[in-house]
Amino acid sequence: MDLNFTADELAFRDEVRAFCRSAIPADIREKLIAGRHPSKDDKVRWTRILAQKGWAVPHWPVEYGGTGWTPVQQYIFGEEVSQTPAPEPAGSGINLVGPVIYNFGNEAQKKYFLPRIVNVDDWWCEGFSEPGAGSDLASLKTRALRNGEHYIVNGQKIWTSLAQYSNWIFCLVRTDPDAKKQRGISFLLIDLTSPGVTVRPIQLFDGYPEVCEVFFDDVRVPGGNLVGEENRGWDYAKFVLGNGRVTIACVGRSKERIRRVKELAACTRVGGERLIDRTDFRKKIAAVEVQLKALEMTQLRVLANQSKLEKGAQDPASSILKIKGSEIQQATAELLMDVVGPYALPYQSEEELQRGEPSIDPDWAGPIAPAYFNGRKVPIYSGSDEIQKNIIAKVVLGL
Amino acid sequence: MDLDLSEEQRLLKDGVERLMREHYSFEDRRKYRTEKLGFSEAMWTRYAELGLLGLPFPEVYGGLGAGPVETMIVMEAFGKALILEPYFATIVLTGGILRHGANEAQKSKLVPAIAEGRMKLAFAYAEPQSRYDLFDVETRAKSDGEGWVLNGTKGLVLHGDVADRIIVSARTAGGAREKDGIGLFLVEANAPGLMRRAYPTQDGLRAAEIKLQNVRVAASDVIGNPAGAFPIISRVADEAVAALCAEAVGCFAEMHAITLAYMKTRKQFGAAIGSFQVLQHRAVDMFVELEQSRSMAMFATMMAGESDATERMRAISAAKSQIGQSSKALGRQAIQLHGGIGMTMEYSIGHYFKHVTMIDTSLGDTEHHLRRLALLGGLFGEQAIQR
Repeated sequence: MDLNFTADELAFRDEVRAFCRSAIPADIREKLIAGRHPSKDDKVRWTRILAQKGWAVPHWPVEYGGTGWTPVQQYIFGEEVSQTPAPEPAGSGINLVGPVIYNFGNEAQKKYFLPRIVNVDDWWCEGFSEPGAGSDLASLKTRALRNGEHYIVNGQKIWTSLAQYSNWIFCLVRTDPDAKKQRGISFLLIDLTSPGVTVRPIQLFDGYPEVCEVFFDDVRVPGGNLVGEENRGWDYAKFVLGNGRVTIACVGRSKERIRRVKELAACTRVGGERLIDRTDFRKKIAAVEVQLKALEMTQLRVLANQSKLEKGAQDPASSILKIKGSEIQQATAELLMDVVGPYALPYQSEEELQRGEPSIDPDWAGPIAPAYFNGRKVPIYSGSDEIQKNIIAKVVLGL
Repeated sequence: MDLDLSEEQRLLKDGVERLMREHYSFEDRRKYRTEKLGFSEAMWTRYAELGLLGLPFPEVYGGLGAGPVETMIVMEAFGKALILEPYFATIVLTGGILRHGANEAQKSKLVPAIAEGRMKLAFAYAEPQSRYDLFDVETRAKSDGEGWVLNGTKGLVLHGDVADRIIVSARTAGGAREKDGIGLFLVEANAPGLMRRAYPTQDGLRAAEIKLQNVRVAASDVIGNPAGAFPIISRVADEAVAALCAEAVGCFAEMHAITLAYMKTRKQFGAAIGSFQVLQHRAVDMFVELEQSRSMAMFATMMAGESDATERMRAISAAKSQIGQSSKALGRQAIQLHGGIGMTMEYSIGHYFKHVTMIDTSLGDTEHHLRRLALLGGLFGEQAIQR
């Protein structure tokens, strides 16, 4: 057991760090440091910079563009990207649907979609939840009816992240309404520019239109867009939800937030002293740091163990990454609220700032309350904390 | 970076766990407690036979030359079994002082006797007023030309009742709370002027309050620099905290397992209580605490030997405050999920709860370590604090 990086790992870290620091466009970095959302263009630019370097999809198999890095190297890479800070590589394509396609898709799908995902020629979103199928995802009703060479899709998805940016969606659809609910579901890739698709953004209460409703009205989808076998979609969905677990802890992002808390608290004065010099405030930060360090170590344990598990098996410790990760992300947002204090109050919309309206001073204060509000989503998405606990109780604890 | 155990470490783990399985059921423990010394002398001999009493000491003195990872393995297994023997006091804590502070002559005299199970030691570092500050030492040591004369009161000396010799921290110079001017003195337990008041601890171990009245110590029994021993004490305390974290994780794992087993068998309203969602979620909360604590015990173990004292203290304090916090959070659920039976002396869970609670109050509680971590700048991005 040795926590120290080897000389090779240290050299690798320095290489990644130097690359990220020099390659990240300054405007994107500044936006992230300020706690604002990167735009689609920001994410695409950064992912293409990584793609150029061959680093857009480190965790994929080498034959599809992966780097062949060890788990430790992948971990170092993720840490360095989030602490640059740089955006995460364009999310749903690279992290969610890509692995489904190279694991379960056919040759034509791999050949067409995978290079386009790496270069962000397509922007993907996930069509799982429906108005009547949230935690009870398997009760989904969007219908795909086979009609010769095509499926005819009717129904509605909701909470679809950034669908307004997307030109493709991967959907769970019901292909056999008579089968037991998990058994009649298929995994379908749908071109969002197809006739009959309507995307309607939903503004979240922080003001950011982060999710959408997606309506399908007699949408014709080629049969070749079915992934794997018909009616096996639930298995692939479970793979998607499991696949996200290691990165879902967002350790790097929380570390960067804590650095930001300290930086801002060092230039905030309270009662004649710097906020950061107040022992009670430092202890509050330290309490979050302890949990974050523990989570980082748990994540490393899961990574180190991954190569020893059978394919498809999951480390029991990995199940806690999301629960604890959401708790810590919310705690860091609360620390920023403590720092900003009364200047949490002014609200300026993203459009206003993009029009070049001067920001209300202090200019760093603006995004803090929205980030705190937006952070409420974390224990809700990708299987709520309560659903996670049900799963752990059943699968890990055998209750 | 490598989080795996080596083949030798795996064998050690199997060996200790087998010993505990065969000889340390909760029923065995109950019997051992009624023995004369409050623990099992037969088990102490078994530990010696397995080499556990020499584990961290260099091989030239009859030890195994093992490091913090091996100590973690042993302490976790001991935590699971809730052992009563003075392993922590003699081998980890006082043994640490010998490893880091004693000279060749002292080590060759003491370590073989310890490793063979013939000698037990205790470390008297605390005083009634000192709480968790290891430098708050009022006991005085005065040089009388040939040796030293000790006067003062030491408290909470874990297993001080059975120790053959006691290492005492005493002030040779400086004011009451100065870090300079502290020395370490090896005292015979039956030395004239040394009075012990032995007592049982809340969690079923033994300890003593010790009064020193003109106790004479030979110059050859001073450990390290008589006016500069604090760095040794501080370093040993950090290593000992890492060991306590591992022991607590062993306790937590067992508390979780016992509670799960109970939830699967206890029936109410016609069903196992483990089928109720509100209770399932509590069991998951315990699991989260267990895994987070295990992660931090590993972190503490890997940082225990860190030569940069600030980095080491940050890591150790982070781990100890995690363990302290979890002992409350996990312990609370463990008792609550058992209901009435969990409140009884006869049942095991309360004994684990008591032990992890006492671990929290050993060598700095959650509050103490959180404060120390905070004042050291925390774990991440401390350069952002600089003026």
